[in-house]
Amino acid sequence: MALLEVNGLTIKFGGLTAVDGFNINIEQNELVGLIGPNGAGKTTVFNMLTGVYLPTEGTINLDGKSVVGKKPYDIVEMGAARTFQNIRLFKELTVEDNVKIAYHNQMNYNLMQGLFRLPAFWKEESVAKENAMDLLDIFDMKMYANTLAKNLPYGKQRKLEIARALATKPKILMLDEPAAGMNPYETKELMETIHFIRDKFGIAILLIEHDMSLVMGICEKITVIDYGKIIARGVPEEIKSDPNVIKAYLGE
Amino acid sequence: MDFNNKKNYLFNLGAVIIFFVILKLLMNGNVINRYYQGIIVFICINIIVAGSLNLTLGFLGQLALGHAGFMAVGAYSSALLSIYLRSLELPVIMHLGTALLFGGLISGIIGYLIGLPALRLRGDYLAIITLGFGEIIRVVINNLKFTGGAQGLSGIPKIANFTNAYWIAVVVLAFLYALIRSRHGRAIISIREDEIAAEAVGIDTVKYKALGFTISAFFAGIGGGLFAHYMAYLDPSIFNFMKSVEIVVIVVLGGMGSLTGTILASAVLTSLPELLRNFSEYRLLIYSFVLVVMMIFRPQGIFGTAEFSLKNLMSSPKGFMKKMKRDASGDDLNGGGK
Repeated sequence: MALLEVNGLTIKFGGLTAVDGFNINIEQNELVGLIGPNGAGKTTVFNMLTGVYLPTEGTINLDGKSVVGKKPYDIVEMGAARTFQNIRLFKELTVEDNVKIAYHNQMNYNLMQGLFRLPAFWKEESVAKENAMDLLDIFDMKMYANTLAKNLPYGKQRKLEIARALATKPKILMLDEPAAGMNPYETKELMETIHFIRDKFGIAILLIEHDMSLVMGICEKITVIDYGKIIARGVPEEIKSDPNVIKAYLGE
Repeated sequence: MDFNNKKNYLFNLGAVIIFFVILKLLMNGNVINRYYQGIIVFICINIIVAGSLNLTLGFLGQLALGHAGFMAVGAYSSALLSIYLRSLELPVIMHLGTALLFGGLISGIIGYLIGLPALRLRGDYLAIITLGFGEIIRVVINNLKFTGGAQGLSGIPKIANFTNAYWIAVVVLAFLYALIRSRHGRAIISIREDEIAAEAVGIDTVKYKALGFTISAFFAGIGGGLFAHYMAYLDPSIFNFMKSVEIVVIVVLGGMGSLTGTILASAVLTSLPELLRNFSEYRLLIYSFVLVVMMIFRPQGIFGTAEFSLKNLMSSPKGFMKKMKRDASGDDLNGGGK
């Protein structure tokens, strides 16, 4: 059984079928890319996988459990974390707090224990702080712990968003165009980071991307969609020479 | 870490006690006369009510304009219970405590019931719906028999005074502070920052919006109850729309997301109209002018989202001012509102 099994995923907005019969299987610890020209429906697929949109048809199973109809925060708890195409950080909060918020569901003290500062509060808060610092350390961002998220350079903001997603302890991490707006140097650094995350945390990664060098460089399997339909699937070499893909990107 | 935090709490408690003793001595020596004493009690009440609104406005980031309504619910329910309790001849602390808790609870329940449908809306829509609910509460009170209707409710035991108002304000602020520095508070703040991102890291946004709104209504109810027990008389027209606006102004002026800012703004805006009495009809003009100037030169409020910290001030006054300046500076100073 694959970690993420998606079958016949379809969504219609009025008369428009944005995604039609999409399916994908992602195994544990796999690095999969989802590519396609602008408006192909990549982000729509993401939004269905993470509970933002309700699919018209189809099934999504994460670790054997259906996520269709679940709220985004429930799906996070089931083990799917995501980042956004346009970075969505808690801008006015520190880097440390950004990560700590993601530990919310791993803490158990209740409102009263928090208000009266009972021992459970102190214990869990110090564990969360330690975990947050360890996580930031892994990403080499410990020195930014007290910086406001909005004051970080662009590449670091991306990294922080990924770190925050990882703090929810996901089984699968979904990255929506992580290289958007990055210069070649930052993209290269990002590639290393993604590889590193997969090895270090042992999780599966699904990645939407426009930057071909990034996708071809790190993905083991690639699915290509155009106009909401899958037009090709395979390893990077196959995709590069696939006539359908070339047609979709370059025209006849 | 733990140890440092606990030391800070003791330090702050000490400061609060010293401040109390100073005020008390000045009162006993009649430097602060009964008139000023009354103003100080109103400052305490405003701190409680505005502090509670800051939770919704500053930390949850939802524009609510009906806070006087929750204050009214707390004031009336605690006053009615208090009149009933009178025959039991309880000690003042128990009497006042029970009445205020009851007022807070009723207000919290009403807040929860209003919050569930209202918080599905955002921004100006939420502002209008809360404004509507605030007015509904006032009109209902105006037309009920047991609240005394438009004639008002009299015979409330006058048991609130400077001492208990001061300590209740301290306790309410301590709870608000403890709340926003816990996992529940962080969840509430994350909704202000970015609701979609909050959901994407596993925060149940509907639940935490309702929680923030309910706690906010609860403390507003306590503030209202204190008001009732100080005035000893209630009249529905006190809790009109202008009262809600007055509370919003305090929060905005002090800085949305700064509890210490709310304290300062409550003190300034409560005493300003009184201090300006000598200027008779010009005083409202001056009051409004201060607000306009403030919004032009410091739109983020006195403190922005920063908190004043006595400990930092003591350890390095210069660095402290710098930090306050940096923390309080809003987006507009840091290059564009992204």
